Amino acid sequence: MAVLGTTAIAQQTPAPKQTEAITITGATAHIGDGTVIENSVLVFEDGKITAIGNASTPTKGRTINAQGKHLYPGFIAPAKSLGLVEVNAVRASDDQDELGEFIPNVRSLIAYNAESKVVESMRPNGVLLGQVAPQGGGISGTSSIVQFDAWNWEDAAVKVDDGIHLNWPNSFRRGRWWLGEDRGYKPNKDYAKQIQEGVDFILNAKAYGSGKAGEQPNEAYLAMQGLFDGSKKLYVYAQGEKEMIDAVTTLKENGVQDVVIVGGYEAHKIIPFLKKNNIPVLVRQPHALPQREDDDYDLPYKLPKLLVEGGLLVGLQNADMSNFQTRNLPFYAGHVAGQGLDKEKALQLITGNTAKILGIDANYGTLAVGKSATLFVSEGDALDMRTNILTHAFIDGREISLETHQTELWKRYMEKYSRE
Amino acid sequence: MKNRILWMLCFLSISIASAQEYFPDNGGLKEKNTNYTAFTNATLYITPTQVVKNGTLLIQNGKVVASGKSVNIPSNAIEIDLQGKHIYPSFIDPYTDFGVDKPKRAEGNGRSPQYEASRDGFYWNDHIMPENEAISKFDYDKKKADEFRKAGFGVLNTHIMDGIARGTGVLVALNDDEGAGTRIINDQSGQFFSFQKSVTSRQSYPTSLMGAMALLRQMYSDADWYAKGNSKTKDRSLEALNANKNLVSFFEAGSKDNNVRADKIGDAYGVNYVIVGGGDEYEMLDAIKKSNARYIIPLNFPDAYDVSNPYAEKYLSVADMREWNQAPMNPKWLSDNNVEFSLTTFELKTPSELKGNLMKAFTYGYDQTKALEALTTIPAAFLNASDQIGSLQPGRFANFLITSGPIFDKETTLYENWVQGQKNVINTKDQKDIRGNYKISAGGKTYDVTLTGDVAKLKSEVSVGDTKYPSKIEYSDNWVSLSFTDETTNEVFRTTGIIPKGDQNFSGRLLLPSGAEQEFMAVKQAGTVSEEKKDKKEEDNKNEVVPITYPNVGYGFTTKPKQQNMLFKNATVWTGEEAGVLQNADVLVKDGKIVSVGKDLRAGGATVIDATGKHLTAGVIDEHSHIAALSINEAGHNSSAEVTIEDVVDPEDINIYRNLAGGVTSIQILHGSANPIGGRSAILKLKWGEDADGLIYDNSPKFIKFALGENVKQSNWQSYSRFPQTRMGVEQMYVNYFNRAKEYEAKKKSGENVRYDEEMEVLVEILNGERFISCHSYVQSEINMLMKVAERFDFKINTFTHILEGYKVADKMKQHGVGASTFSDWWAYKYEVNDAIPYNAAIMASEGLVVAINSDDGEMSRRLNQEAAKGVKYGGMTEEEAWKMVTINPAKLLHIDDRTGSIKEGKDADLVLWSDHPLSVYAKAEKTIIDGVTYFDIEKDAQMRQNVKNERNKLVKMMLDEKNGGAKTRAPKGKDKREFHCETIN
Repeated sequence: MAVLGTTAIAQQTPAPKQTEAITITGATAHIGDGTVIENSVLVFEDGKITAIGNASTPTKGRTINAQGKHLYPGFIAPAKSLGLVEVNAVRASDDQDELGEFIPNVRSLIAYNAESKVVESMRPNGVLLGQVAPQGGGISGTSSIVQFDAWNWEDAAVKVDDGIHLNWPNSFRRGRWWLGEDRGYKPNKDYAKQIQEGVDFILNAKAYGSGKAGEQPNEAYLAMQGLFDGSKKLYVYAQGEKEMIDAVTTLKENGVQDVVIVGGYEAHKIIPFLKKNNIPVLVRQPHALPQREDDDYDLPYKLPKLLVEGGLLVGLQNADMSNFQTRNLPFYAGHVAGQGLDKEKALQLITGNTAKILGIDANYGTLAVGKSATLFVSEGDALDMRTNILTHAFIDGREISLETHQTELWKRYMEKYSRE
Repeated sequence: MKNRILWMLCFLSISIASAQEYFPDNGGLKEKNTNYTAFTNATLYITPTQVVKNGTLLIQNGKVVASGKSVNIPSNAIEIDLQGKHIYPSFIDPYTDFGVDKPKRAEGNGRSPQYEASRDGFYWNDHIMPENEAISKFDYDKKKADEFRKAGFGVLNTHIMDGIARGTGVLVALNDDEGAGTRIINDQSGQFFSFQKSVTSRQSYPTSLMGAMALLRQMYSDADWYAKGNSKTKDRSLEALNANKNLVSFFEAGSKDNNVRADKIGDAYGVNYVIVGGGDEYEMLDAIKKSNARYIIPLNFPDAYDVSNPYAEKYLSVADMREWNQAPMNPKWLSDNNVEFSLTTFELKTPSELKGNLMKAFTYGYDQTKALEALTTIPAAFLNASDQIGSLQPGRFANFLITSGPIFDKETTLYENWVQGQKNVINTKDQKDIRGNYKISAGGKTYDVTLTGDVAKLKSEVSVGDTKYPSKIEYSDNWVSLSFTDETTNEVFRTTGIIPKGDQNFSGRLLLPSGAEQEFMAVKQAGTVSEEKKDKKEEDNKNEVVPITYPNVGYGFTTKPKQQNMLFKNATVWTGEEAGVLQNADVLVKDGKIVSVGKDLRAGGATVIDATGKHLTAGVIDEHSHIAALSINEAGHNSSAEVTIEDVVDPEDINIYRNLAGGVTSIQILHGSANPIGGRSAILKLKWGEDADGLIYDNSPKFIKFALGENVKQSNWQSYSRFPQTRMGVEQMYVNYFNRAKEYEAKKKSGENVRYDEEMEVLVEILNGERFISCHSYVQSEINMLMKVAERFDFKINTFTHILEGYKVADKMKQHGVGASTFSDWWAYKYEVNDAIPYNAAIMASEGLVVAINSDDGEMSRRLNQEAAKGVKYGGMTEEEAWKMVTINPAKLLHIDDRTGSIKEGKDADLVLWSDHPLSVYAKAEKTIIDGVTYFDIEKDAQMRQNVKNERNKLVKMMLDEKNGGAKTRAPKGKDKREFHCETIN
């Protein structure tokens, strides 16, 4: 074990720009669009992929021999508050939830902690990009998409202010036990009213946008404008069949161009509806209990598969889990594959599909010429815990450190015991 | 008795409702009425089973003098002829709070909990109030009394419905006319108990059901100790408890499993409780029967759910729907199983709901005689008052009902409810039965009038040919008023007439729409009006009851699965032993045990399971689970060694089944981490379908939960008053408790008469190495500290659970000899897990510790195989080593490795057949077997899913029919179902 050495590589020091061409040879390349190239050659220069193909593809610059290993596009974690909270129980470290019901002008990017130890711990598992979203309220705020190796938030930004996050009300709600009600679910009498409040806000924002310039600025309404011209997406958190139908119908009626469902516990029941309305789903991670006693024990496991088979555009998220869990993103996809979904399709749930849903597919999500060299090499199948062991990882062609606070402690204590 | 005298004095000073014979009377002359009243020619129910046709009931001075066929009627008797009518003993409700106001909730004092008792000179816990006397709070409530009398009751047992020990009750006759001196039959009618805390005190302890149980046990042993004169101080609570020891003890348990919990406490202290149940006893009849206890059963059958909205329906489980469907069977099934029970109106909104629910129970086959007993002789016996109430034998109070016919017939009218010889008219019995068909001529037309319904509450129907007109009838004191609207002319006709005694017809005045008046005559037509048609319909609607399953929730078994001999052929066998992983191997299971492991084994009659391409392992064991429990933390004290999770195991938790589907066969349910010394564990085999006792290991190793760090310091919520607030304090708390335990034991050994203290007893077990500690722990300082405390007291910590900084002190742990049960990769959720690393397990294992991966989470527990696999990624463990972290290693930590945890001849057949390499993210458990019984089978699961769907559809349809038939329904509501973690307190 002494092999591990004693010097901890400096963590969190972002890697320098790519200066020479790099070629990765011999790996099984999982493209992220459902296809695989065995014994592949991939070349990238100045942060972009310049060539990818079979063994006959010419190499260039520094060569990394990845014979027997696997090559993947960087995994993408949507709808998380990574970098907005460090330790959940320590309030001082928590910047994820601002006061207010409708606050689209609240922006996650400027609070994103590029030096978060939690963010850093994503990388050794292949999770290299994320959508950082504010939490709570009705409209929680505006997210941005970042890469996970940066000096500061400006540096980290991949897509600034990409989307607005809306928590759709529930038609049933839990009893408020702290007021003496029992905890069971009961009909939410305010459901219609809550929807109306959201609609009123959207209508006002729209009216504001059609108004003349020079009026008193309203930052909240201003932040909403991208929803009406399609430059921003609306991420709608909803689980129930009724809630999803209400959300999609109401939002489309009121001029919102791009709606993405986040959650979708019952999305499998309304696949034709979602398909007709062209709604992608960022489905909840399979590592969850069924919501109802009578549900199939494996419903959360197989739900993403059901949606893919139904022809929807599907990505995986773990919005309701602690941030640190996001490093398990590859294993969520693996677990779905265990339910009978083709492994490469399962991989799409955290790569190509997610990039499409987030609108960053021009640069990220798959291994293709012209796209960012955001990718990694794993000793084995990266969707399985046993073989997700990274040897190299790159973000925009920069070779990033795979060390973390955690690997440093590991080495430090193995060193302690090796002395004894 | 002192209190009783005080009360009598009090009574004198207020008013004299009815003069006692030795009381002076200044309001008139003192005369005596010694006349008799004789009720003759009645169908007389002396008891529910002793029925006399044409019987006579003779009463005098509020009591029965004689009852039977040939009764000598004295000459100074008023005779009342009850030809065609019935007499029954009036009903008794043994469980009410009649005349006793609900105690007021204690005012809050912010968020900070109250740990000490509010009272002085009483028991140390405010929720124990055996000194309370309902008689001191009793205020006779005439309005309520009237409601009860209308429902047929004559005597009620009442008490202060508040607290865990509630004091004594009052047995009172519903006699409005005479004073308390007469109507109070017994002012010490019993002692009352429950599991619910008093609303009058904010004292925290107990916060949980298991805490309430421990408190009751301690209360009884303290009472015994006190009775022997061991206390230096006076405790009025214990004195009262002891003084009332010979009274009947009533226990409001409120649900099937709580019934059994109460019964167990009673058994331990020689108390034979009369248990107030929950109406769900039918779900565990065997245990109820076995308890051999007497029960009081509420008749609050649930209304159907309104399932017309499918989006709302989904919030109901099939178990919720079944409850509606099956609950009306409860009285029948209890009585078929010879469970002795009385009925009560407790949990009904008003006593008037009793009859409807009884009728419902009858349609489900409940025997009417049994019901009558459950309302009369049985409660009388429970109350030790059979010589006074419950029957009409001579000497009993003259508490009886006069009815128009058999008491439980739908059409029967209750005429009079006599209490202690005082007549209360409910409906006049002299009213003539005028039901029938009539013809009335009015305004030149002849209308057909049909009168049906109850004699006293008639329903009218007015028609000409096939056309029906809206009508209304009122009938009282022999006068009848009928109004109807002729819709063809929109004219309103009103009639009013007197019913003559000896005539079939009736006549009177008819008010025409014009305002003119004229005489009318309603002429009775031949033939009787029958509602046979409707009856027939009811017959067709024979109540279909869906079968009970084990447990009685979705995915329960219709018949419990049986042990099976089986031979797994050609599997990849993960032995978890030195033999390692065997390729193409066979495993033979017989009589619940693994009998051989090898190649080409002979089946010898065992079922052969082709396991080609599959992997067979020992069942997964979760060292740290909180599923299948009704409560997890007793947070009311900083030490709660006296509580045990074994008291609150929930065998119906669907997470048991879901865990099985993840290959889990054994779990330890740990107490939570609210306090440094937590509660005792329950170690279970997940035998889905068995009751709580059936799940708990036989000869279970003894464990207790300890906890360190932020939770026990209450760092993450606003609480600044409970010791300890720092890690420094945590150490001293342990030292203090173990010092006290040592002293306790020494005293006991010396023969000194020591107050039995369940908490100390448990701590002594720890000191003596008979009980093992699994300690919730995070940072290295506290881990090290606890080992040092243990070493000082000469015992060993068995397991550190969570142990996220174990890797920093793995060498010290090895030296101490403690094992580790940790998360694979959790961190960042609170300050003390800053240095938690996923390499923890691998580092500790490399230092030679026994390391397990646990869940602390009902979701993660069902894929512990994946969590174990992370040991390969983080720190490079071998696959076999990683696999042991969820099988043989936790078995070792739990001291059950001689029985389970690996595949070895002689061990329990706790096995999982996996579709793939068990550490692979792609693997599924296909069969999960415990003691040779297959509790999960992926193919059977597919069938069960379909069954759940079919049954839901069936019940939804039945409920829709119920709604469409006009029955009352309620909005769907999800169950109060909770997932627990260590930190769950509320």
